[in-house]
Amino acid sequence: MSGSLVVLRSGLHTTIQDFGRFGYQELGVPVAGALDFVGLRLANALVGNRPGEAALEINALGPTLRVDADSVRVAVVGPARLAVTGPLGGDPRPLEVDRGHLLGRGDILAVGAVSGASAAYLAVAGGFALTPVMGSLSTYARAGIGPLGGRPLAEGTVLPLTDAHGGEELTLSAPMDYGSGPVRVVPGPQRDAFTDAALATFLSAEYRVTNEADRMGLRLDGPPLAHRAGPDIVSDGVVTGCVQVPGDGKPIILLADHQTTGGYAKIATVISADLPRVGRAVPGTPLRFQAVTVAEAEAARWALEARIDGLVAGLRRVAPTAGLDLAALYACNLVSGMADPAEE
Amino acid sequence: MDFPRITDVGDTAFNVEFGDGVDRSVNAQVVGLCRALGAARPVGLVEVVPTFRSALIVYDPLATSRASLEAKVRDLVTGCADAPSAVGRTWRIPVCFDADLGPDLDAVRLAAGLDRDQAIALFTGARYFVYMLGFMPGFGYLGEVPKPLRLPRRATPRVKVPAGSVAIAGAMGAVYPWESPGGWHLLGRTPVAFFDPARQPPALLAAGDDVVFEPIDRARYEGLCRQPPTLTAEDR
Repeated sequence: MSGSLVVLRSGLHTTIQDFGRFGYQELGVPVAGALDFVGLRLANALVGNRPGEAALEINALGPTLRVDADSVRVAVVGPARLAVTGPLGGDPRPLEVDRGHLLGRGDILAVGAVSGASAAYLAVAGGFALTPVMGSLSTYARAGIGPLGGRPLAEGTVLPLTDAHGGEELTLSAPMDYGSGPVRVVPGPQRDAFTDAALATFLSAEYRVTNEADRMGLRLDGPPLAHRAGPDIVSDGVVTGCVQVPGDGKPIILLADHQTTGGYAKIATVISADLPRVGRAVPGTPLRFQAVTVAEAEAARWALEARIDGLVAGLRRVAPTAGLDLAALYACNLVSGMADPAEE
Repeated sequence: MDFPRITDVGDTAFNVEFGDGVDRSVNAQVVGLCRALGAARPVGLVEVVPTFRSALIVYDPLATSRASLEAKVRDLVTGCADAPSAVGRTWRIPVCFDADLGPDLDAVRLAAGLDRDQAIALFTGARYFVYMLGFMPGFGYLGEVPKPLRLPRRATPRVKVPAGSVAIAGAMGAVYPWESPGGWHLLGRTPVAFFDPARQPPALLAAGDDVVFEPIDRARYEGLCRQPPTLTAEDR
């Protein structure tokens, strides 16, 4: 029987995201989508979903959710704190990330602070029973485009579930290694708008993510980059990962919620294999950049895919979490007592 | 510089540039390439984003490669050199120019040395071409604003520009589909919805369309606000 998750507390900024809304940029509609598509895929794999099923992207501080369904399997991937309180109350019990958990009716899942990365992903088995908007369940909150009115979760938001409960209880054998070397970029499309010295600086200096970092982009601090003849260009199309440089010479990496077009010269574009790492970057993160060719970028993307496939193939079965095993039993009407899961 | 030329945008896109300025014939080639790609639908193509002078070709690097897709696009580019420009639709947009709806009309007409009626006649007498959509969903860049009315952007952008505002900056006009911050000069307001996610397509305008603005009085404006009109375009 399908049910829902009910938002008791919203946290800071949690939205529904999938791989993004493509096909409408010619109308000015941003792609949006997950900041970290690796995290989204792994969370989905842990609950038996297809890779691009929509999940909750949790930025900074997560929501508190009550299960209004007989049972639901969830998994959170990313550096978040998780705790569950059973239907009878009691002390919250910490849960591990990077693995699936079967929750039962009345369980309250609290997702706390996400620290060290900008986003964590909470997937539910079967996905959310929501209607795509323009072909996608991604949320572009600035214009209210997406499911739930295109808004972030708020107190009282109801997230409808499907009937699927997923298969086995799975865990990641090892966390994803997002890498720590230079972020790889392809120079251009307006490499010629910059002096040679500016490109050399960009590819050698250390930059740092400032506090102006959100789903739209990361403003970086570091040595300014000089334009040959000013920062303005005739507006053209941009993609996630474009590094635009406004008049102050400080680069901005455009992320998922970037506008479809931009009027600042772009010195380089972060390759798709490094977008998950850049999308996860928090203020203070140091970044260096290294130039690669398009062909090298394509090879890097295939290598990333192989690593993700390896992680998914290496998912291990685990025993159900003790307390939540009871929840599963409640769902099957095998237990009718008033046992407190926290005492198990 | 030789056009068309192709520039790198990482490993998920590339640009085909047909020129480096805002020009109708350059834009016609952009729109022509986008239509040709829409018809050809090469494997791995995700979408095409037309802008003033270039088309952004977005692709899935796991479904094709830059080399393979670029070869197909180059074949199509050759066919866009003399693309006809008259392929869009014409939209007639009702606008109320009352001072509270168009708070910058006075400043614009004073700078042009015109009275209100002359300024409105000049603005609504022009036929505007939709060069591209961008900045926000459904926001079309409309050109060109008659020369006497051209002003640089406001020094201080407004924090809130109401949805439906008809605005100009430099040679471009636009209608704000959403309430948003904005630095353009607000001349009036239309009750027409320029973007509706439930509509297919959700944006009223498309690159290559024409727009004509028609003045309406306050009573008509308020009537249309209560009962928003369903516009149909005229084929050119």
